[in-house]
Amino acid sequence: MEEGSGNRNGTNGATAATGFAQNGLSRRLTDDEFERYSRQMIVPGMGKEGQLRLINSRVLIIGAGGLGCPAAQYIAGAGVGTIGIVDGDVVEVSNLHRQVGHATSRIGMKKVDSLIQHLRGLNDLPAYISHPFHLTPHNAADIISQYDLVMDCTDNPATRYLISDVCVLLCKPLVSAASVQKSGQLIVLNCPPVPQGLVDGKYAPCYRCCFKKPPPPGSMVSCGEAGIMGPVVGMMGVAQAGEAIKILASALHVQSENNESTPERNLLQPTLLIYTYDLESAVGPYSFRALKMGGRRKNCFACGENSTLTLEGIRAGNPNYEQFCSVPTPNHSLPPEERITAAAYHAAKVRGELPEHILIDTREKEHFSFGSIEGAVNVPFGKLLMKAAAIKRDGGSASEILPPEACKPDTPIFVVCRRGLDSQETVEKLKELGLDYGGKRKIMDIKGGMKAWKEEVDPTFPYI
Amino acid sequence: MSDVTDATTVPITVDFSGGLEMLFDNQRRHSVSLPAVDNEGRPATIGFLIDYLCKNLMKDPRVDLFVLDKHIRPGILVLINDADWELEGEEAYEIQPHDNILFVSTLHGG
Repeated sequence: MEEGSGNRNGTNGATAATGFAQNGLSRRLTDDEFERYSRQMIVPGMGKEGQLRLINSRVLIIGAGGLGCPAAQYIAGAGVGTIGIVDGDVVEVSNLHRQVGHATSRIGMKKVDSLIQHLRGLNDLPAYISHPFHLTPHNAADIISQYDLVMDCTDNPATRYLISDVCVLLCKPLVSAASVQKSGQLIVLNCPPVPQGLVDGKYAPCYRCCFKKPPPPGSMVSCGEAGIMGPVVGMMGVAQAGEAIKILASALHVQSENNESTPERNLLQPTLLIYTYDLESAVGPYSFRALKMGGRRKNCFACGENSTLTLEGIRAGNPNYEQFCSVPTPNHSLPPEERITAAAYHAAKVRGELPEHILIDTREKEHFSFGSIEGAVNVPFGKLLMKAAAIKRDGGSASEILPPEACKPDTPIFVVCRRGLDSQETVEKLKELGLDYGGKRKIMDIKGGMKAWKEEVDPTFPYI
Repeated sequence: MSDVTDATTVPITVDFSGGLEMLFDNQRRHSVSLPAVDNEGRPATIGFLIDYLCKNLMKDPRVDLFVLDKHIRPGILVLINDADWELEGEEAYEIQPHDNILFVSTLHGG
């Protein structure tokens, strides 16, 4: 039987710091709660106290996609009392192979509403709070301040730095994960949280301590471009939920009263977990790696000694997250006479006005395998660059880079890619190698790539 | 093991992850016999290794996806025996026989 003497928890005064009401940890569980959570409550270390901590907790899940969906399922299932979800997107059919909180019948619905509908079906006891818009520097602090713990399930670096900065300033623990194609990463940050500027000891790092600068935009690939395996991102989302549940149920984010961490609170070794999923081999010794990271950095821009970061500043646009994450990329733009629109290429071809030519498609072979313009030859961009570099370095005939069909020096070459950037670079590369024979051979870019082809010529084209 | 007695090279393994393997022949793990000293006779450091990898192991010409302004490009973590290189002295760390050096690009998707 449960009875209500609250004194067992009274020795730890630190609970007040996070707003856990003393009586919240000693109340009886309702019959429904008792039944529903029985299997996790009997796990050693959890108990009724851990369960009540979860019930009294407020978790914010930012992003209702490939990470957020599986994360939210376990957070809701475990009985976290208040669950907020932030996302401005709507459900698309291409989300469903990995975003398991949505459904075919809810395509077009706001992701936040779709996910909450799913979670209510799973567990109707928690309070669900919908934030159906993207997190911005303007709204971030108001939203994050309402929660005890934040889960970063977003898909872009600008938002990741914003979330971390606000978590530092509001002293919120942050569980961060990311995943693209065949890799995933997970790290617990800012836990236990300590005020900004405190550096005279060992403290947990923030996102900026671990990842000082974002990668240049050109080096980043999104799930939309590079693809993503459902179980990979799902695994990371589930692991995120696991970490969040652990932190809240064991109050790992609450500094103990004497400010000393007990040995079992093994949080002083910040760890980045990476998961590598190889389509060519079974799970192996390096599929998971736990990497040792440093703690709070003295000179960290956000949490360090002389940080000037403030909530007011962030709200007013300082720092500028978009700018920080988008060093200008070289903007390829060939002169108009070297470019042709997809529609004009098609029209000329249909009218028989195009001379005999060769069409090079520089997309990856996976993309090419779904369909291409009639007669196109696949030379993936990376391979083409490699061959070009080898020719420059070791010499050899430049025309080896071209498919054999294009060996006649006067056959014009058209180049198409996915969205129209690689094709322009390819045109430049081929000219650099002298393959335009000083202008005698035409080398043209098809503007906007296969995306434009789908939009302007063939709406049924299987573009990914 | 012959590599231990050969004082002119240091045997190490170099791993790439998070998409960087694409720049190195799509191979995640490479066994490398690194010259034990650089051109000026100083012991091989991580900085030297990075330069060596660009010149000898990288087949893809997009070097700027690995190195920018002579340093590892932002967004790549370097791990020495599974510890962030900042805990070990970054570029100045002197490579030891049988070290494992891991380059991971940080991910942002989700």
